[in-house]
Amino acid sequence: MVFMQSLTLESATEKSPGWLARIVPRLHAKAFSGGLIVLTFILVGIFGPLLAPHDPNKQELTAMLKPPQGIGSPHLLGTDNLGRDIFSRIIHGARVSLLVAFAVVFVSGFIGIGLGAISGYLGGKADFIIQKSVEVVWAFPPLLLGITIMAFLGQGLFNLILALLAQRWIPYCRVVRSQSLSLRERDFVTAARCLGATKIQIIARHILPNLIQTSLVIGTFAMASAIISEASLSFLGVGVPPEIPTWGTMLADARIYISTAWWLPLFPGLCIFITVLGINLLGDALRDILDPRLKRTGSGI
Amino acid sequence: MASYLVHRLIGTIPVLLLISLLVFLLIHAAPGDPTLLLLGEETNAAEVAQAKARWGLDQPLYIQYFKFLKSAAVGDFGKSFKYSEPVTRVIQSRLPATIELAIFSIIIATVLAIPLGVWAGSRPNSWLDNLGTTFGLFGISMPSFWLAIMLILLMAGVLNILPSSGRSTYGIAGLEQSGFYILDSIIQQNWKGVWDALTHIFMPALALGVNMLGILMRVTRSAVLEVMNEEYVTTARAKGLREKNVIWRHVTSNALIPVITVVGLELGTLLSGSIIVETVFAWPGSGSLLITALNARDYPLVTGLVMTYTAAFVVINLVIDGLYAVIDPRIRY
Repeated sequence: MVFMQSLTLESATEKSPGWLARIVPRLHAKAFSGGLIVLTFILVGIFGPLLAPHDPNKQELTAMLKPPQGIGSPHLLGTDNLGRDIFSRIIHGARVSLLVAFAVVFVSGFIGIGLGAISGYLGGKADFIIQKSVEVVWAFPPLLLGITIMAFLGQGLFNLILALLAQRWIPYCRVVRSQSLSLRERDFVTAARCLGATKIQIIARHILPNLIQTSLVIGTFAMASAIISEASLSFLGVGVPPEIPTWGTMLADARIYISTAWWLPLFPGLCIFITVLGINLLGDALRDILDPRLKRTGSGI
Repeated sequence: MASYLVHRLIGTIPVLLLISLLVFLLIHAAPGDPTLLLLGEETNAAEVAQAKARWGLDQPLYIQYFKFLKSAAVGDFGKSFKYSEPVTRVIQSRLPATIELAIFSIIIATVLAIPLGVWAGSRPNSWLDNLGTTFGLFGISMPSFWLAIMLILLMAGVLNILPSSGRSTYGIAGLEQSGFYILDSIIQQNWKGVWDALTHIFMPALALGVNMLGILMRVTRSAVLEVMNEEYVTTARAKGLREKNVIWRHVTSNALIPVITVVGLELGTLLSGSIIVETVFAWPGSGSLLITALNARDYPLVTGLVMTYTAAFVVINLVIDGLYAVIDPRIRY
């Protein structure tokens, strides 16, 4: 409910609403278009197998490299070099991206928020150890650590999620830590302490609930970057095994056919782009609505 | 400030040590035996043992690590398994290509992003602002490797105006001196070579710089928006300066601090982005070298490369911190 109220407030203070906001009253154009894309992505990801017209791995050697044939034809977006239906593969690919994105965002959020709250509220030794590990892990250029970990663990969905987790918890941890540092000094925390609440109770009851909004914003941007990283690693051949259709592996397969079959690289990449765009739009809108402070620090980007 | 930087520099040593341990353990625990990969299928046990002894792989892991540390301290990362040359030399031969590419990406990104950001930020909610913001969002959401593929498809495949891979056309590039082709060609006054190198670098640099472009544009826009409300901007207007001068002299120069921060922060992303973009364009830099080395399980080379990338990242962050103080005299360490 709080969310809806801020939505209306936001559009009321907006100087000149965009065309979408005029058509859909009281809805932020960014939130609307981003939300629509993300919702489609989630639904396709969940119900993918029901929507796909073909088995994504079925090879039809009589129909290799067929260009897109439009609506009503057997292969809407054409077929690849092994005669597999691109439309079906894209739909199944959404599933993998969705799974990886949600797993990475939730687990890294859990770890990052937890460690950040402990680090900020407890301080002392715990803070020192956590901040040192943040420093070491953060010293790796992004993606490089993922590539190295994947080379060590080998291809696989679970390993990929682990590799992506390695650095994703840090943005949460940093922002949450600095927020808990200031929350710690607030009156309601002092009051709780005076009433005899334990440290764990204070963190769980009084610190964490105040961190949800910020974390939500960080989570959206983390999701966008997780999808791109998943595709990048799969593209490099160190992500999911090649038999699982994903947007990244589809692009990797398409590389040899750039000059002969334009539809092979076009559609999977377009899906990554639109999905990430949708998530970023939603993240932008959420940030504007929930936590304008993040705008200045650029932590979302 | 000097003491602050020295302090920071010393602080990076334990971080780099921990990173080296982490990288060493990760790589040596990886599945896949390098001796089998390099010697091929038809080898007998004696040959394998001999190769292992030559590369020091028969010793316990901690001894291998300390040996590695000892030589790494004097800049020696051992010999590459694959190239049979010192790792430092292999990396040195590939590094200029990556640096050249990174510099060009930054140039493309800043030259486009800063004017766009200033235009958008100085006219909030105008059509130009909406266009710029959309453009920025597109840049952020663009997977660089897909843009790379699409650029090849369009520029090399359909229009056939730009070369799709490599750094230069065989025979046009002159003598290699510094390894930076464009610089070398300019020194040798080989204008054909300069043009050739520029046509080769354009697509990879654009693909690599697109995310930075989007981010920079957005940061510039919000920085300009913020500065526009400052009193000195009102003063500048009140004393009768033209709006153009107000924006480009007073607003832009003050809005640059967050922009430089972001350039620094994004250099890390640029470094790792180069790994994937170089692979697409067969760009002979250190990024594509890393993928080759990983696939061959070339332990010393991978370790050397990861350490080089990480050390570069750490140093860049340090330099950016130092730069703040130069740009903004109010900041004192």
